[in-house]
Amino acid sequence: MKGLDVPKPRFGTVKIKKGFAKMQKGGVVMDVTNAEQACIAEDSGAIAVMALERVPADIRAQGGVARMADPSIIQEIMDAVSIPVMAKVRIGHFVEAQAIESLGVDMIDESEVLTPADPFYHIDKRKFTIPFVCGCRNLGEAVRRIWEGAAMIRTKGEAGTGNVIEAVRHQRMVTSMIKKLGDMDDKELLKLAEDFSQSYANSAETLTGRKVDESVPVFDDYTYGTIIKDILKILNEIKNVHQRLPVVNFAAGGIATPADAAIMMQLGSDGVFVGSGIFKSDNPKERAKAIVEAVANYNKPDVIAEVSKNLGDAMAGIEIDTIPKGQLLQERGW
Amino acid sequence: MVKKISIGVIGVQGAVSEHIASMKNALRETKANGEVFVIKHKDEINEIDAILFPGGESTTISKILYKSGFHDAISKRIKENTLPIMGTCAGCVILASDLKDTKKDVTLLSAINMQVQRNAFGRQRESFEKYIDIKGFTDPYNAVFIRAPVINKVWGNCKVLAKVNNRIIMVKQGNILALSFHPELTGDLRVHRYFIDML
Repeated sequence: MKGLDVPKPRFGTVKIKKGFAKMQKGGVVMDVTNAEQACIAEDSGAIAVMALERVPADIRAQGGVARMADPSIIQEIMDAVSIPVMAKVRIGHFVEAQAIESLGVDMIDESEVLTPADPFYHIDKRKFTIPFVCGCRNLGEAVRRIWEGAAMIRTKGEAGTGNVIEAVRHQRMVTSMIKKLGDMDDKELLKLAEDFSQSYANSAETLTGRKVDESVPVFDDYTYGTIIKDILKILNEIKNVHQRLPVVNFAAGGIATPADAAIMMQLGSDGVFVGSGIFKSDNPKERAKAIVEAVANYNKPDVIAEVSKNLGDAMAGIEIDTIPKGQLLQERGW
Repeated sequence: MVKKISIGVIGVQGAVSEHIASMKNALRETKANGEVFVIKHKDEINEIDAILFPGGESTTISKILYKSGFHDAISKRIKENTLPIMGTCAGCVILASDLKDTKKDVTLLSAINMQVQRNAFGRQRESFEKYIDIKGFTDPYNAVFIRAPVINKVWGNCKVLAKVNNRIIMVKQGNILALSFHPELTGDLRVHRYFIDML
């Protein structure tokens, strides 16, 4: 005990936040917009629900600014189920995050599905008691979010499309880059850490109009030099200890079928988020159950075949090439 | 312990790889002749000498176990009294005989004479780590509680091993051990070693 006579409980530690994410492994998080859908998700074996006002497909269709959900909807969903409840906030909108935390939500998704609120910074997630999940397209984005305190990383994919290609792309990008780290020497790793830290410097340079050096604070009180050093440390840990991301890694953005969920698992995801894919399909209850089974049995082709039978139509889906460039959600954040 | 023991970690959902790693290290430390691996299917239940039930979401784990017939296979070996088990968090819930909440979304194994209350400390915001005293351990143990259950009451031959804030969080009944915290999330292997000593 070394001087700790009365042991005090410690809340919101890194271990508690990352531990929560670890408990989600092998599970399916489902987007829901009301208590009824939340109960269907829970009955189907969802590991958690994401409380939303609109699913990504509707956000995409309706356009306009997408913000955090009405807290009364989130509260209604929290009251309806015993599994964890997550909610989305806009990139950089730390006040939405404070409000969501005060409701007692279990995890915050700082999400590109909503309209970003800050052109310069993502949220400093270390300042919160509850854990965050953040999206990424590649290792650089993943490492920056981890440095900012994310307890879980997910692929961005392309939400609301029912098209899995972008989630596959992002998972493969992360995996292949991690593999490349293995062949890098210290000099190359340092160069990569500098590249990955560059966006913090860019934000500071835009804001101040001056070139920054390593002694200049570029994210709260963290200097550019500190960030490079910390990111190098994360890269070294990935290379030498984990050979994968050092936090739980889920797939998200376009997963619509049991086979979609299983391909993400076989590509190395620890679990999946299903957004519009369930409640925009013909038969949400059966599809939800089938996706849960597929994730639990992702390397059993006979199970995938069996649970894929007679599910009715999946959500219609969108070809990524037909989306106008400015409307790609994955390009939000950096 | 002469013959080699096979410990299966139930691998349907949750902190599976963490338990595998901790148990491997504990086996190495105790120099026990044993192996540990993930089990996912009911047919594997007869190849193992002990089970480790990891934490995760109790409703999710229970549903998958029940649907696949895994639940009945485990239940049969519990009744024959031939299967030592260690259950943590969600695993602790599933080993109980009774749940305090009335929601019947978890099928219990009734392996231990205890009633469990889920999310007893609150939501994730109220999750915590704290040094606790465990019966038989010389030094305090840093216990990690994540949306943790507590053991509301015990009866018969169920023995209480630890409490936090005066609530029961670790018990033992015969060859079955249940705890509401996560020893697999710390480097401290004493709980895993305690279980190995029970085998």
